Amino acid sequence: MPATINKVLFLFLRRMRAPLLALTAAYSISVLGLVLIPGVDDQGEPWRMDFFHAFYFVTYMATTIGFGEIPHAFTEAQRMWTVFAVYLSVVAWLYAIGKILALIQDPAFRLAVSQHAFDRTIRKLQRSFFIVCGYGDTGALVVRSLLGRNGFAVVIDQNPDRINELTLEDYALQIPGLCADASVASRLLDAGLLNPHCRGVVALTSDDAVNLRIAIAAKLLNPDRPVICRAESHDTARNMASFGTDQIINPFDIFGQRLALALHSPAHHLLHEWLGNIPGSPLPMPIDPPCGRWILCGFGRFGKAVHAGLLQEGVDVTLVEADPEGTDCPPDCIEGRGTEADTLREAGIETASGIVAGTGRDDYNLSIVMTARELNPELFMVGRQNRESSSLLFAAADLPLVMRHDRVAPRRTRGFAGAAPRFGWKEIFFCRKVLKPRR
Amino acid sequence: MNLEKVIFGFFIILAFTLNFGFFLGEIDNPAHHNVYELFAAIVVNVVATALKLGDRTQTGALLLASSLVAVLQLIAAAVVWGYASHVHAGGMDAMFMASIVSLAGGAMVANLISVLLLIADTVALRR
Repeated sequence: MPATINKVLFLFLRRMRAPLLALTAAYSISVLGLVLIPGVDDQGEPWRMDFFHAFYFVTYMATTIGFGEIPHAFTEAQRMWTVFAVYLSVVAWLYAIGKILALIQDPAFRLAVSQHAFDRTIRKLQRSFFIVCGYGDTGALVVRSLLGRNGFAVVIDQNPDRINELTLEDYALQIPGLCADASVASRLLDAGLLNPHCRGVVALTSDDAVNLRIAIAAKLLNPDRPVICRAESHDTARNMASFGTDQIINPFDIFGQRLALALHSPAHHLLHEWLGNIPGSPLPMPIDPPCGRWILCGFGRFGKAVHAGLLQEGVDVTLVEADPEGTDCPPDCIEGRGTEADTLREAGIETASGIVAGTGRDDYNLSIVMTARELNPELFMVGRQNRESSSLLFAAADLPLVMRHDRVAPRRTRGFAGAAPRFGWKEIFFCRKVLKPRR
Repeated sequence: MNLEKVIFGFFIILAFTLNFGFFLGEIDNPAHHNVYELFAAIVVNVVATALKLGDRTQTGALLLASSLVAVLQLIAAAVVWGYASHVHAGGMDAMFMASIVSLAGGAMVANLISVLLLIADTVALRR
């Protein structure tokens, strides 16, 4: 937008005022002195330097190039003045260059320049793209899978570190990233919400309230574009659904349903996994969860969703929760974290056939899994992974099923974003025939 | 009274008056046009231009534009002077002097616009 370039230009000019004045003063004083001080030419006749030669001399003297005393050797008075002029002009130059460097380093100036560059990129964008709000683990996967499917994304995130991460990532294309609060509607416009190539908005920040605001803004400003939102509470999800948010992803619910599906029909679950996989990741192997009694550690949002999924399949579940009252547990649950052998024994680990480590902390979950494995090596174990950084540990734990809520959203988003219009083969064939000659 | 405004006004008016002083006299008579006056006019015009940088108002933009015009014209005049007296084989003559003074005359019109804009802006502010 012209407003930002103006801002950049005026900021630059205003800051350049003092250095320019300093340089003008240093040059004019030096030149004037040289013109006024009498000298002698090579025959010893009195001679005055003219403005042309004085300016020429000051030009190379001030930049410390120093071609010597031109056109005639200087008198002592001229040399004295030159000493003064050298210090004056060199200091003026140092000051001006220092100012320019400081200005380039200035955060406000850099922000203005990067915003201008971002605006230019968005305006010149010639491919259809999604606006991805929130570049955490989930956002990064969404961007990667969009690129893997020949899509494109524009990222907004409030955290400058995340935007830096985005620029350092080795994507095939440079993904434009805006460091801004996506819940401010004008930022969405900056990111190209009204751009004809914008195909939708994906709100994946970790804050439900922010996601809600993004969904409202996107639906009001550009109602034709689909909005895909992450919502971790049912309240927010209902709120989003009420004004027509196209897809609401609750990672916990989806995993609960997926676990139920895996119990109910493993082949169907496997097919789902393969089709919805993030491009380039290895295909998961078939799993065969047992239908005996399960132990569920952690009854938070995730635990509740898994509990519902298991109950739906008619599986017997023993709950283990550190704070039964705070989480609204059924009365028969066992109090404890599940990381200690005592609690797990109390829950009857020896006779159970499966365990879900579903607390909100990765260290607890890994500890539960390791303790449980020692007590009953036959157990079918499901772990919940909260952070991308724990991937290595979860891989080493070698669990048959790892639940990552950051992985659920990209699949859903991709499934939606990549969905072709529902054409049959005939229509596709027809479209190809019609479109080809035009190209 | 604002000291910054005084300095601002001072340089704009001085740029105009110096320019006018250099312009006065027979157009092709080198004796009527002093090289020191041209030098002073250039320096003051450059200072006035630097002072006008970074004003985002419409008047500010016009002031800067007129100053840039004046500086450009005066520098052109100085280059012609340097060419005439050092590069040209015949040295300074009436033809060169006339073109120097006419260039300075053009700069003077730009400086006059600057002064008028400054006055108009002040009057508008008073109301």
